[in-house]
Amino acid sequence: MNKKLGVYICHCGGNISDYIDVEKVKAAVAGEDGVYLAKTTMFACSDATQKEMVEDIRSNNLDGIVVASCSPKLHLLTFRAVSERALLNKYNYVHANIREQGSWAHSDDKAGATEKAVSLVKAAIAKVRLARSLDPIIIPSKKAVAIIGAGVAGMRAAIELADMGCPVTLVEREYFVGGRVAQWDVMFTTNQTGKELVTRLYNEVIARDNITLLTGAEVVANSGSIGDFTLKIKVTPRYMKEKCDQNNLLKAIEACPVVVPDDFNFNITSRKAIYHNFPGEFPQYPVIDIKNCTRCGECEKICSSVDFSQQEQTVEVHVGSVVMATGFDPYTPAEGEFGYKLSDFVVTLPQFKRLTDINKDNLVYNGREIRNIAYIYCVGSRQSEGDNKYCSRYCCTSAIHASLEARNKFRNVNNFHFTRGIRTYGKQELLYAESLRKGDVYLQAYEENPPLVEVKDGQITVTINDIMTGGREISVIPDLLVLVTGMVPRADNSIASKFKLPKGRDSFFNEIHMKLRPVETVIDGVTISGACQGPKNITESVNSALSAAAKSYSFVNKGELALEPIIAGIDKDLCTWCGECEKACPFDAIKKEKQGEKEIAVINNSVCKGCGMCLPVCPVNAINLIAFSDREIESMIDALVSV
Amino acid sequence: MEKKSARILVFSTEKISDPAIDMAGLLKLHYPPTVYTIAVPCSSGIKPRWIMHAYDKGFDGVFIAADGSDCTYGETCTEKTGHIVGITHQMMKEKNIDPARLRMAAICSVCSESFVKQIKSFNQYLLQSTKS
Ligand SMILES: Cc1cc2nc3c(=O)[nH]c(=O)nc-3n(C[C@H](O)[C@H](O)[C@H](O)COP(=O)(O)OP(=O)(O)OC[C@H]3O[C@@H](n4cnc5c(N)ncnc54)[C@H](O)[C@@H]3O)c2cc1C
Repeated sequence: MNKKLGVYICHCGGNISDYIDVEKVKAAVAGEDGVYLAKTTMFACSDATQKEMVEDIRSNNLDGIVVASCSPKLHLLTFRAVSERALLNKYNYVHANIREQGSWAHSDDKAGATEKAVSLVKAAIAKVRLARSLDPIIIPSKKAVAIIGAGVAGMRAAIELADMGCPVTLVEREYFVGGRVAQWDVMFTTNQTGKELVTRLYNEVIARDNITLLTGAEVVANSGSIGDFTLKIKVTPRYMKEKCDQNNLLKAIEACPVVVPDDFNFNITSRKAIYHNFPGEFPQYPVIDIKNCTRCGECEKICSSVDFSQQEQTVEVHVGSVVMATGFDPYTPAEGEFGYKLSDFVVTLPQFKRLTDINKDNLVYNGREIRNIAYIYCVGSRQSEGDNKYCSRYCCTSAIHASLEARNKFRNVNNFHFTRGIRTYGKQELLYAESLRKGDVYLQAYEENPPLVEVKDGQITVTINDIMTGGREISVIPDLLVLVTGMVPRADNSIASKFKLPKGRDSFFNEIHMKLRPVETVIDGVTISGACQGPKNITESVNSALSAAAKSYSFVNKGELALEPIIAGIDKDLCTWCGECEKACPFDAIKKEKQGEKEIAVINNSVCKGCGMCLPVCPVNAINLIAFSDREIESMIDALVSV
Repeated sequence: MEKKSARILVFSTEKISDPAIDMAGLLKLHYPPTVYTIAVPCSSGIKPRWIMHAYDKGFDGVFIAADGSDCTYGETCTEKTGHIVGITHQMMKEKNIDPARLRMAAICSVCSESFVKQIKSFNQYLLQSTKS
């Protein structure tokens, strides 16, 4: 039967039609076999065009449509939904990507881009001619979600999912939850402390029976896929019993001979191998840092809660979806970058935040009372030469907030800000205004002429050609220099390879579409939230966490999932069972079966993932993948060369 | 008339290499407009007969933008895609087609620059070899 087809070619504003002559494309494909109507449209994805398509399909009884527009990664679902609204089976719609792989890629060659678009649309028409109506494959989905990382994003997502009735396993690599926020004292924009926020979230987490919190825990293996992931989680014990006599603990800590830099304080202080949590860290039980412990036995002699008999455990959990919430690391400047490591009085912003928290009446660091503080902005962000081209978003506001905090908490503090232009967007601008009002000094340079830091005889000098005063050279000799460092992906992000998560050019985890599918990844069933996706403040992290929770919930809530019916199919007449396909299948989806006199290969539809690995190994070409059959691919190839 | 660019068929993969090719467009990294892409789920599902069909119909070259170790379907992808290339090379030799007209490279989801570099060099090779 000859199909009746509709073809829609999008201008995408001018994104496509500035380089591709869309009218010419329309004229070239209008006469193709089966094409009943061909139209150009300003925005194929607009509401009005979608309605028009529905109307076209219904009133003309179209059997298939081709949409030639941006990448299908953006609007495949949109046009599938259009087809469904018009009661056309969604697999009778085929997409041609004439923007990312057309107008944009060939904006230097308009004639070439137009010719290519004609070929791509003809290939899509060839494919839709052979398309079949298909029904989704329904598989069971485990109503449970694993969340990796118990910072604000992970905890907030866990609470939300639990309240929707979904069991959650919350996996935290450290012994304490809260992530970075636990490390901050007073925070912008509400002046709440990190401790207050984390305490509130932790109390809510432990109040819910359907959240299992694992600390000291790391995913060591992942298998399965959407609807049924199996995670193996290694849980390292604290080597301490829950009940603990505080006096004995303090004595044991004192007796411990191992001194290591305290990463909670970004190494400006040290701690012992046996240590107690900070007040904002939960669960509030002490820990023995087994990596650094020498097992000298001193603590065991004093404190009966020390328990080296505790064993590492591996737990297996089965979940339908996974939320990634592993956060970020602060940027560590290179030695010598703006004087870093050249003086004891050059610190990063996270270190400064800890410093202002630890000091109570006077701001003292390395024995020096700190009065004049210089801040250099955009260290490790907006780098024209380095890897981090992006703005880290939080740091202008955080630096201004921290400097105001220092001014309010300690006497005689003067702040000098060396900026590249302040980005205190939204309500955060009020802090900037307050800082100006209080008399903080702001100096600014362009990126090609950054401030110069000299360290001589223990004295730091920061010099800038200040563009606010017509390029005047201004120098400040601060007691302390704070490098306002940006956010970078976690140094140990090995979790990404366990889930095959793609990363963006900035090396943070990548969403499918920044605006339209901001928490989904190309790995079905795995969502991302918080600062593991890119620099975010707490509001933004929590927004994305709630969104990821809702998305992950949608994968598991019904107990079943509708999957793409793109699976392999065996031609029973051709198959003579040789076992090659069974060997090639990574999912155990192919089995031998006796059918009459003959043994043939049979596909388990709910296990087949549609990768196609079995296709090329069949010596008698008895296997085809739905929507990627020989006829479909070869007719597309024919169409591509027909122009 | 001398050809300005060779006709190349790219087999990309929906989740890994096709996003990289999309991003090449987004970044306006240009390559010849006679490069056409057919996206498949996984590079180890490409049949040698499709590649041979492309030469038959007049494509100068076929480029497999493989998943490599990023494949979401399993670690064996690289090895299996390599095997497909091996078999196809054999078929090409039997038909007197220069095996260098089939190339494969692993293209990760953000490897746009590498894709464009590979395609440009393949295009150069194909133009040279069809001239001689
Ligand atoms: C100096 C500084 C000051 C800031 N001040 C403010 C402020 O005042 N106001 C504001 O709104 N924002 C502020 N921010 C931003 C804020 O810290 C982030 O928005 C927030 O920490 C992001 O939360 P998250 O849960 O995404 O990530 P994180 O806080 O990084 O938490 C991630 C969690 O995941 C865990 N994890 C990582 N990898 C794994 C793994 N493989 N397995 C299991 N667990 C893992 C980590 O241990 C951690 O607990 C500041 C940031 C900095 C650097």
